[in-house]
Amino acid sequence: MRVFYAVILLLAVLVLNFSMMHLAPGDVADTISQSMGGADEEILDQIRADYGLDQPFLVQLGRYIGNVLRFDLGYSFFYNKPVTELILQRLPATLLLVFVAQILALFIGVILGVISARKPNGIASHFVTMLALFGYSAPVFWTGILLLIAFSLKIQIFPVAGMRDITISGGFWVHFVDVVRHLVLPVITLGSIFLALYSRLSRATMMEVLGSDYVRTAKAKGLSEREVVYKHALKNSLSPVITLAGLQFSAVISGAVLVEAVFSWPGLGTLAFQSIIARDTPTILGILFFSALVVIVGNLLTDLALRLVDPRMRGKG
Amino acid sequence: MTAPLLKVENLRIELTTRDGVAPVIDDLSFELGAGESISFVGESGCGKSMTALGIMGLLPEKIGRIAAGSILFEGEELSTASEKRMREIRGNDISMIFQEPMTSLNPVYTVGEQIAEVLRAHQNLSKSAAWSKATELLDAVRIPNAQRRVNDYPFQMSGGQRQRVMIAIALACEPKILIADEPTTALDVTVQAQIFDLLNDLKRQTGTAIIMITHDMGAVAEMAQRMIVMYAGRNAEQGPVENIIEHPRHPYSRGLISCVPHIMATLTEERHPLTEVAGIVPSLREFGKDQCLFASRCTMVSQKCLDKRPPEVAFADGQKSACWHAEAV
Repeated sequence: MRVFYAVILLLAVLVLNFSMMHLAPGDVADTISQSMGGADEEILDQIRADYGLDQPFLVQLGRYIGNVLRFDLGYSFFYNKPVTELILQRLPATLLLVFVAQILALFIGVILGVISARKPNGIASHFVTMLALFGYSAPVFWTGILLLIAFSLKIQIFPVAGMRDITISGGFWVHFVDVVRHLVLPVITLGSIFLALYSRLSRATMMEVLGSDYVRTAKAKGLSEREVVYKHALKNSLSPVITLAGLQFSAVISGAVLVEAVFSWPGLGTLAFQSIIARDTPTILGILFFSALVVIVGNLLTDLALRLVDPRMRGKG
Repeated sequence: MTAPLLKVENLRIELTTRDGVAPVIDDLSFELGAGESISFVGESGCGKSMTALGIMGLLPEKIGRIAAGSILFEGEELSTASEKRMREIRGNDISMIFQEPMTSLNPVYTVGEQIAEVLRAHQNLSKSAAWSKATELLDAVRIPNAQRRVNDYPFQMSGGQRQRVMIAIALACEPKILIADEPTTALDVTVQAQIFDLLNDLKRQTGTAIIMITHDMGAVAEMAQRMIVMYAGRNAEQGPVENIIEHPRHPYSRGLISCVPHIMATLTEERHPLTEVAGIVPSLREFGKDQCLFASRCTMVSQKCLDKRPPEVAFADGQKSACWHAEAV
């Protein structure tokens, strides 16, 4: 059922994206003619006919959706490659960045939240509050640039840009370590916003759960502090955090665009940036489609995680 | 006479509130023999639950503390016992069931796990042994189809069934004392009767002493041998249940009893019009005052009541009343 809804949603996204791109002034023909140094109406019409842009809107839309269903996202004249190939080349880098940032932010955020909920007036708690304030208010590109200056220029521990060092050769592990080294700063930058969100929320829910009746029951059973907090309380405080994390998936992806730009990360974000400048409509549409896909898959994963954590969610919908 | 199982002496529990420190329990003493049932009675905010939490060592952290007096369990001082020792006692020697069966069970674990857990913690049972014992216990608290329902989550059970699960958890390690804090308040009347029956049967089988906290006089008459009437953190009256119901020696006990029409009807065969104890329990700020705290609501109030806190007056059969006019009541 969920999967069915997801497919419908994806179709709706396709229609909307396409319509909006269609409404925007200017099209591929304009850009192509510009890159050729200008052209007259006749040539423009010729280009439009070549790309099928002279057809009525609904025909174009139908064709586009039909193509997408066959996994054909069109051809990028700018990169001279099929869009699908272009995106699949870039997608892994973005997925790596997004998932690592999201999972680390969740994991560390929850741990910080739990620690600070147990001692609401302790040092750790104030640290979380400060961190959250910083995470909320600092713009991603600014954090990224500061980190670059600090850890790539002043203290040279991390590489400045890119995802791998092409001068390195060796086995799997050599490359693995190389990618990880490149990954550290972008992940910290992207994760910091979400870490702030998750640690605040898990602190709040954990404090509420620690005051609940079933935690009192757990204490009355004579269980150890560790069991009370990490078995009985934690599992209950996870649902809101997971829900939020699911909702944030789209924000993580749009955040990734900025982070990728700062760190020249070879992912979808950089591609999106370049293709918007180049008015490369098929590529933009393709990227929008894939981001929607990632968000929808992320939401499905969120649902699964919620069911795992809370039995009351099972057997519904 | 053998030493009592639980002996509470001059207990004083203080809560830190915005207005300062208030003694929510002030100079409370009572004893509980092995296998005995006593009831704490009183309106909300009289310190009944605080007494229970004090015995369990579960007073709200940093807010509540035992300021004076002692709690002796089999001769062992609990008020100063280490947290580690208290954990060994909780759920094993002294266990507790709570008012709210709907929220007292953890929603994300099966009831079987929640019963088995306490067995693993205290009796070193293996996972599978604890699980099969949990099934037996579920059967013992009369949940039909225990074999299957042991895998249920709390949300799949009714309020009465959840309270049975709570009882199964509390009695899993065959504790010497069971504290039941208004165990039936949230349940409807027919279910209440079933729970009382169950508790009485289990008590007969295991010899567990029960401390029952309630404001339901019917429950007291059904469950307890002795009762302690509490008012504003203080002991108002204590003694055998029949004696107090027949002849209360404190205006507050008398007021509480006259609020329950059917008890009067069966015990004295005459019906009184429905009455209430006018007024409300004083606020925490008043609790420490050296006067009778019931004075503001009492029909027998005199100047003496406002000037000095009344001492406990003893009557025959162990009935004790903290009232200046106890003889006259």
